[in-house]
Amino acid sequence: MKVTIDANEAVAQVAYQLSEVIAIYPITPSSTMGEWADQWAAEHRPNLWGSVPSVVEMQSEGGAAGALHGALQTGALGTTFTASQGLLLMIPNMYKIAGELNSTVMHVAARSLATHGLSIFGDHSDVMAARATGWAMLASNSPQEAQDLALIAHAAALETRVPFVHFFDGFRTSHEVAKIEKLEAGVLRAMIEDELVHAHRARALSPDHPFIRGTAQNPDVYFQAREAANPFYLACPTIVQNAMDKFAGLTGRQYSLFDYFGAPDAERVVVAMGSGAEVAHETVEKLVERGEKVGLVKVRLFRPFPVEAFIAALPSTVKAIGVLDRTKEPGSAGEPLYLDVVAAINESRLDDIRGLRPWPRIIGGRYGLSSKEFTPAMVKAVFDELEKDRPKNHFTVGINDDVTHTSLDYDPAFSTEAPETVRAIFYGLGADGTVGANKNSIKIIGEETDHFAQGYFVYDSKKSGSVTISHLRFGPRPIRSSYLIREANFIACHQFSFLAQLNLLEAAAPGGTFLLNTSHGPDAVWDKLPRTVQRHIIEKKLRFYVLDAYEVARAAGLGGRISTIMQTAFFGVTGILPKAEAIAAIKKAIQKTFGKRGEAVVQKNFVAVDAALARLAEVQVPTAPSSQFDIRRAVSADAPEFVREVTAAMIAGSGDDLPVSAMPADGTFPSGTTRWEKRNLALEIPVWDENLCIQCGKCVFVCPHAVIRSKVYPPDLLQNGPATFKSVAARWQDMKHLHYTLQIAPEDCTGCALCVQVCPVKSKSEVKHKAINMAPQPPLREAEARNWDFFLGLPEADRKGLNPTMVKDAQLFQPLFEFSGACAGCGETPYVKLLSQLFGDRLVVANATGCSSIYGGNLPTTPWAINAQGRGPAWSNSLFEDNAEFGLGMRLSLDQQGQYARELVKQLSTFVGDELGSALLDADQSNEAGIQAQRARVATLKEKLKTLIGEPSPAPDQARLRDLLAVADALVKKSVWIVGGDGWAYDIGFGGLDHVLASGRKVNILVLDTEVYSNTGGQMSKATPCGAVAKYAASGKALPKKDLAMMAMTYGSAYVARVAMGGNDGHTLKAFLEAEAFDGPSLIIAYSHCIAHGYDLVHGLEQQKAAVLSGYWPLFRYNPNLRDRAPLQLDSKAPSLPLDKYVYNEARYTMLAQSDPERAKCLLGRAQQHVADRWKSYEHLAAMAPLAKGNGKGGL
Amino acid sequence: MIDLTTTYLGLKLRNPLVVSASPLTENIENIQRMEEAGAAAIVMHSLFEEQITLESHELDRHLSQGAESYSESLSYFPDLTSYNLGPEGYVEHVRRAKQAVKIPIIGSLNGVSMGTWTNWIDYARKIQDAGADALELNVYYIPTNPEMTGEHVEQLYCHLVRAVKRSIRIPLAVKIGPCFSSMMYMGRRLEQAGADALVLFNRFYQPDFDLESLTVVPHLNFSSSQELLLRLHWVAILFPQLNADLAVTGGVHSATDTLKAMMAGARVAMMTSALLKHGIGHLQSVLRDLVKWMAEHDYKSIHQMQGSMSHWAVAEPAAFERGNYLRVLSSYRLRGQVS
Repeated sequence: MKVTIDANEAVAQVAYQLSEVIAIYPITPSSTMGEWADQWAAEHRPNLWGSVPSVVEMQSEGGAAGALHGALQTGALGTTFTASQGLLLMIPNMYKIAGELNSTVMHVAARSLATHGLSIFGDHSDVMAARATGWAMLASNSPQEAQDLALIAHAAALETRVPFVHFFDGFRTSHEVAKIEKLEAGVLRAMIEDELVHAHRARALSPDHPFIRGTAQNPDVYFQAREAANPFYLACPTIVQNAMDKFAGLTGRQYSLFDYFGAPDAERVVVAMGSGAEVAHETVEKLVERGEKVGLVKVRLFRPFPVEAFIAALPSTVKAIGVLDRTKEPGSAGEPLYLDVVAAINESRLDDIRGLRPWPRIIGGRYGLSSKEFTPAMVKAVFDELEKDRPKNHFTVGINDDVTHTSLDYDPAFSTEAPETVRAIFYGLGADGTVGANKNSIKIIGEETDHFAQGYFVYDSKKSGSVTISHLRFGPRPIRSSYLIREANFIACHQFSFLAQLNLLEAAAPGGTFLLNTSHGPDAVWDKLPRTVQRHIIEKKLRFYVLDAYEVARAAGLGGRISTIMQTAFFGVTGILPKAEAIAAIKKAIQKTFGKRGEAVVQKNFVAVDAALARLAEVQVPTAPSSQFDIRRAVSADAPEFVREVTAAMIAGSGDDLPVSAMPADGTFPSGTTRWEKRNLALEIPVWDENLCIQCGKCVFVCPHAVIRSKVYPPDLLQNGPATFKSVAARWQDMKHLHYTLQIAPEDCTGCALCVQVCPVKSKSEVKHKAINMAPQPPLREAEARNWDFFLGLPEADRKGLNPTMVKDAQLFQPLFEFSGACAGCGETPYVKLLSQLFGDRLVVANATGCSSIYGGNLPTTPWAINAQGRGPAWSNSLFEDNAEFGLGMRLSLDQQGQYARELVKQLSTFVGDELGSALLDADQSNEAGIQAQRARVATLKEKLKTLIGEPSPAPDQARLRDLLAVADALVKKSVWIVGGDGWAYDIGFGGLDHVLASGRKVNILVLDTEVYSNTGGQMSKATPCGAVAKYAASGKALPKKDLAMMAMTYGSAYVARVAMGGNDGHTLKAFLEAEAFDGPSLIIAYSHCIAHGYDLVHGLEQQKAAVLSGYWPLFRYNPNLRDRAPLQLDSKAPSLPLDKYVYNEARYTMLAQSDPERAKCLLGRAQQHVADRWKSYEHLAAMAPLAKGNGKGGL
Repeated sequence: MIDLTTTYLGLKLRNPLVVSASPLTENIENIQRMEEAGAAAIVMHSLFEEQITLESHELDRHLSQGAESYSESLSYFPDLTSYNLGPEGYVEHVRRAKQAVKIPIIGSLNGVSMGTWTNWIDYARKIQDAGADALELNVYYIPTNPEMTGEHVEQLYCHLVRAVKRSIRIPLAVKIGPCFSSMMYMGRRLEQAGADALVLFNRFYQPDFDLESLTVVPHLNFSSSQELLLRLHWVAILFPQLNADLAVTGGVHSATDTLKAMMAGARVAMMTSALLKHGIGHLQSVLRDLVKWMAEHDYKSIHQMQGSMSHWAVAEPAAFERGNYLRVLSSYRLRGQVS
């Protein structure tokens, strides 16, 4: 049966059917395999033997590997899915699993490793790091192969007893939707021999036939024992080939350990594995057609590397071999596949395995790191290089290496695309349904026609207002083009504003078709197009169609979801299917996609489909371009050079063209670059009513993107202000002589409206009118942008004169975290921004991988900013699992340097001066004034040191003076914050977090608790509440959330607070300040509403309040240093709202009530009871006596 | 022996006390207890047109929110097998209720739209197929469009009743509000459209204002016996003119209220607020008081008293007309002078 699915789903289907225990943990791009498995288990879908597998999420990939190891040791069939850092965490167990010859398969969506920067995209760095573990490694090149080789791997693992890593390229293959032949259960049944399963069980640990495995061994036997498994590895290739042959007998699809394709008399041969091999296949096909003597060896079994089979796969005529590695091993003699090929050829020569004469020249090179495009033009460049007398070894291809000159030149115009293959590109706005509809389109084409079909989808790096680009190919010939479409017959733009941002018709093929969603009709649209767009349309003779899909969507009740309308237009314009057939197929797909969501949703989409074609109109294209405007520059000309030269290219989508020399060598990038990327996302922005405003600061406090700011300033500064700049008298007792302005950054706002929702002031004559109200952005944009620029030029408030414990005052502090790529209405970023406001100029942040590291550190632009004095947060991300330790290391380092500086000040008192020295050493830095005074002292010290250095003094003193100058800044207090989400704090990083809490050192931990792994799409963590549905908890979480705060309190030496900004903003502020002031470790757990909770985030703060009122999220502070009362202060009242009134505002709960009402009721009851029980225990703690003196002293 | 039986919608009922639509019927045990306490029939809680479409739209919106936008999180929720949207859950509940008791079960459908894509009129048939003995159609429409005429509103009601009637075989009751220019005319039109009974009246959800938050808040109090009077008034007037059965709902709290409803011409008296306030067992005491009063006043059957104080049966029909209004006003004036 033909199906159109991606590799992750295809592989998961095989793995699920052949497993009993499936240990999972989310990591991109493999997470969906675990999601499928969990969902099927929740649906009680059986495996091949009729039993429903146990699918268990673990606390980390290390945990998943451990659970897998245990399951295998006790006789179950087990599997897991992972990628990248996850695979690295499994490595210790992988050695054990292989060392004990456990039959299992791990499916890896191969991904880059975090080095100078993190990347979620595909290459082989991860699997190559695991190549020494003793696992067999089988590579798949396409979704079809991924499915097929998954089965072959499971079958071979049972027979060989060697565990298998089955890998395929992350995203390029894991997420490519392709038409494949689905494996039926009968094929699986025939491939898996029950006797081998029984043998696996018989080897298991059992008290019924006891033995011991996992001994500690000594020098006398360890070595021999390590060699004892050799026969299994020697037999492995033959067993794999036999399994491949058996598979071919069952399906007709023949695979080999190495598959050769190309001219039988090829002289130049490329060796590759993964999706790049398919690109090479397509290229070789073209070059052979031209008569070139070229060929390709596709590596399938990479470990154990079967030398003889490899040599046998090569044509005897080969003169030069180019080995392509999709990984980088700095400092090595070559990348792994290259080294293996060199070794194989060398061995064949020494052992005279086969008469290759003369011995071929071998070169190796790197390509495609982090899903870097790999095209036929690049493959051709490698073949061209092989033709040279002295080809470049250790080359790179696909980039411009102008530093060490490793890169090969290539001709971008070289194409191997089959003319019969239709190529279509769609530009959509994230979450507008474009990608979903295109997935349906490619399925329709795949399943309703005889065409081959491929869909691949590219997303950008922001979580709000992102651009999605769908690449669809279909046609009568097999599609091996695992690269983006470079020349499209059809281009659709679903969002009119993209035309002014992206050169999206650059990829249009001459004579192609352009479909545009626009409110401008066919007679009016031309003048609205940028000149470059007009030029493309005219020069390439494009047929140009327009459609007002938003109007059709509005009329059908679909809001902004235009996808099915544009999909209908796509079929209408291209005529892939007869009109009636196309509409019937689209409706069938809608029914399949939305049917479960109710008839009303299906019907409104049907209405939209029926209305779409009537609104489609072709535009009569003029003969010459007429527009006087063009595509906008990515950044302002005022931006710093790096931003103009490098960042701007990334924003404009031309980052691929940047040479190596443009990149920092060590991953260091400038701070505060989001301010240059004007994204203009919001359809509506807030407008301030200065006469109604009470200047409470709540809107500034909650704004997730720091686009609403307030300042107080002398009124005379308004003299040169724009005419529309608003200003009123400041409402502070001691600042009545000043003016106040609340200003919006119109081009940075995402339009979330949280600010309007939180505004407490309503007009007395029209209650819907508040002190801040949403209004359409376009008419306001220019004027407000001028106002914003003027506002930025006004001075910041003097922090010394403000009371940081008051929300109103604290919101005059400049945010040093701005315009991040977080979701519109994000519940995390207001806390992060607050951190930057309170402590930003002395803040050091260790950030766990997750949402906060993505919106905080994902290129092209980053939000951590710098103030007028050049100070700002110093931010870094190490890993997911080590963040607490990472932050502690920072603290230790800063403390150590501070201590050394103090020692030097004492030692150099004769140079420094007693007065300055004493002041530096005895400085009170507990408030803003104290910190500023110390900074002034340090500045004086440094000036003094600079004059002293070089003056006559003994050499040891000179050395110490220089040392003191290098560490003098450490005399100013630094605030170290360890920031991350609940996946880190509750699960993967809990061990480290616990250790850091127990360290007594002065670090602050901020847990942004969204109660799921938000960044990877909402998988369950131990913070997920009872009764909520999440990925990996498809049937609703059965147990309550872990009480991390209570666990931290048990130390009695850490400050602990649970806060919810929407529950009480003043309490949040107080907790942040107390935590920072506490002399020891602190932990703040912050309720963070999230898109993964399933409601409109404009109500985020109301939900936070409901969480507090229901007792689900009690507010408290625990300060072990309190001497006159119990350390625990309950800051919210006893539960007064039934839990259901809180939870059933969120889809994560209601979807269980809809799908399984009985279970929902049961879990709600359990959760309600838990709330009551926990409240009692908190009340009890709050009534305790103070801790004995000294017990709560956190600092050491 | 006093005969408490009555007929309503062609159903022979053991007494005139019917439990009207309320959340109480969401629990099958409550339905059983109602039967035990003496309820003659039960109108199930309503299946709301808006609720079904709203739940469907909300689920779709929330499952789609943020999806297919960022590479690492292409969705935020698992796609479950079924969400029980649509009428299936309600229909199943009717089926279970029907199996749990012997007394008639009357399904309840609440909505206003027709001829659109919602297809919710089909739900009526599904409720019938689940075993409901009759259907109550609760039409609750608040016209806020200044262009919409009263005639248009009336047509909307009638079209709806006709469409639902066409889709079912079981008897149909229509529950309406009192806000029609001509209740008599409207009653007759609904009867002609296919209503087998009229249920008088809907209690309007009158939103309240929260002066602290300056928000409009939903508000629904328990009914009081005071509200019965409006119902008695119109049942008494409609009774002689219509063939359709009449039911009183809203303000029935006691045996006295029930007796008044019967005498005005109702076939049944429906009760909810009293049960929410006093518990399901309250039905027993009402029945006890009913029998006691009838015995004390020598009534032999409910049938005997039905319509006995309707418009045509009283000595002074003007009491139901404008004359009564004048009399009330003058009595107030007199009291003022006396005091």
